[in-house]
Amino acid sequence: MSHTTFTFDDLKRILLEGSGVPEGADLDADIHDTQFADIGYDSLALLETVGRVEREYGIDLESVLGDATTPRAFVDVVRAQLPVQAA
Amino acid sequence: MNASAVVTGLGVTAPNGLGVRDYWNATLAGKSGIGPLTHFDAASYPARLAGEINGFTAEEHLPSRLMPQTDRVTRLSLVAADWALADARVRPAELPAFDLGVITASSAGGFEFSQRELKNLWSRGGQYVSAYQSFAWFYAVNTGQISIRNGMRGPSGVVVTDQAGGLDAVAQARRQIRKGTSLMLAGGVDALLCSWGWVGLHAGGRLSTADEPTHAYLPFDDRADGHVPGEGGALLTLEAADAARARGARVYGEIAGYAATFDGRETGLRRAVELALADAKTPPGDVDVVFADAAAEADLDGVEAYTLVTVFGPHGVPVTAPKTMTGRLYAGAAALDLSTAFLALEDGLIPPTVHVEPADRHGLDLVVSQPRAARLRTALILARGHDGFNSAMVVRS
Repeated sequence: MSHTTFTFDDLKRILLEGSGVPEGADLDADIHDTQFADIGYDSLALLETVGRVEREYGIDLESVLGDATTPRAFVDVVRAQLPVQAA
Repeated sequence: MNASAVVTGLGVTAPNGLGVRDYWNATLAGKSGIGPLTHFDAASYPARLAGEINGFTAEEHLPSRLMPQTDRVTRLSLVAADWALADARVRPAELPAFDLGVITASSAGGFEFSQRELKNLWSRGGQYVSAYQSFAWFYAVNTGQISIRNGMRGPSGVVVTDQAGGLDAVAQARRQIRKGTSLMLAGGVDALLCSWGWVGLHAGGRLSTADEPTHAYLPFDDRADGHVPGEGGALLTLEAADAARARGARVYGEIAGYAATFDGRETGLRRAVELALADAKTPPGDVDVVFADAAAEADLDGVEAYTLVTVFGPHGVPVTAPKTMTGRLYAGAAALDLSTAFLALEDGLIPPTVHVEPADRHGLDLVVSQPRAARLRTALILARGHDGFNSAMVVRS
């Protein structure tokens, strides 16, 4: 895969595709530091999201995801796995 | 404790009607939901007719969070549950969570979902399989999703007894009410009309290969030659009679008697009927109408007709099979028949069996073509599952 960036909007898109919007949740609000569980995404939703990101970006997240329980932490972990962009 | 269990709400998803009103109006009008399969191309299969639910858009009823994780059968179940609760004017969120339970019947789980994910597995690899496959396929998934969506955390479970399941689930709910749970959702919905499910149904045999909907599912008729599969079913709200009365609920009627037997050296259907009548303390003469299992196979129709003639006498009780308008719904069938029975009791109308010319040799008073007006207080519902399950339930208004 040739992706070299991963943004909060990418995460949001993949969450929507794979797991929909939790009832009562507002993904357009500032949820960067909200726990996934508090947004309404359970462990299975995260598993589904990880699988989709891995497929789309050709990376392995399982061993590095650790405590990424918020969108900001998740995006940071994914970015660290992406190939460094050529200057 | 031996609280009487009453039904206070109905939620119906049927091939000939979505929602109780639509379904009941269609059923009284003799409107059939059986037609050529459209969910997938069935041209190359021996059986090509089905009772499909068309015009059901899950997104109109359920939040998007549930879409990626649910099979069609679960979506239909969730909507039927919502309707059964609304019909009973119950808001689960306002009640103690552990005092509300869910028992459903299922014969197959989420087949269409599984077909898609297995296809992903074998064509693209394991990383393309949805994480939700872990539960979306599962027999108990409808109970689980209904429980989660409505915060119903009391006694819950699933029964898998093929077509007998709709009654067995309601009987299990009655047990929980007798043990002290105040409200239960119970019943069954099945939806197997994808190509993988269709192959499975063929392997079970007994499918009609007719191409003309009016000639395809003809129980108790000399032309009987198998059944048409359908999708859908019903969920019912059950409550302890005292509690229902105390809150001023509209009561459709009581689950008065039930029995389940299994075929051994001889068929167990008659024993199921007699035990259910005994459980209801109802003599055969008090039964006003029978909703038949109606297998539409010569031997099975013979057993059912013989049972009814033995218990009630020749032409001794009106018998009907409105499932001739929906096809056989497997775990959904008897739950729908049960709902239909309550609607019949309420209106004093026996819905018809359509397209059937009853064979004289069966000795049944089959209600055909038109609804029949009658004073109805007690109904008997029969259901049989593949390979020997028999269940019978007596309900009273």
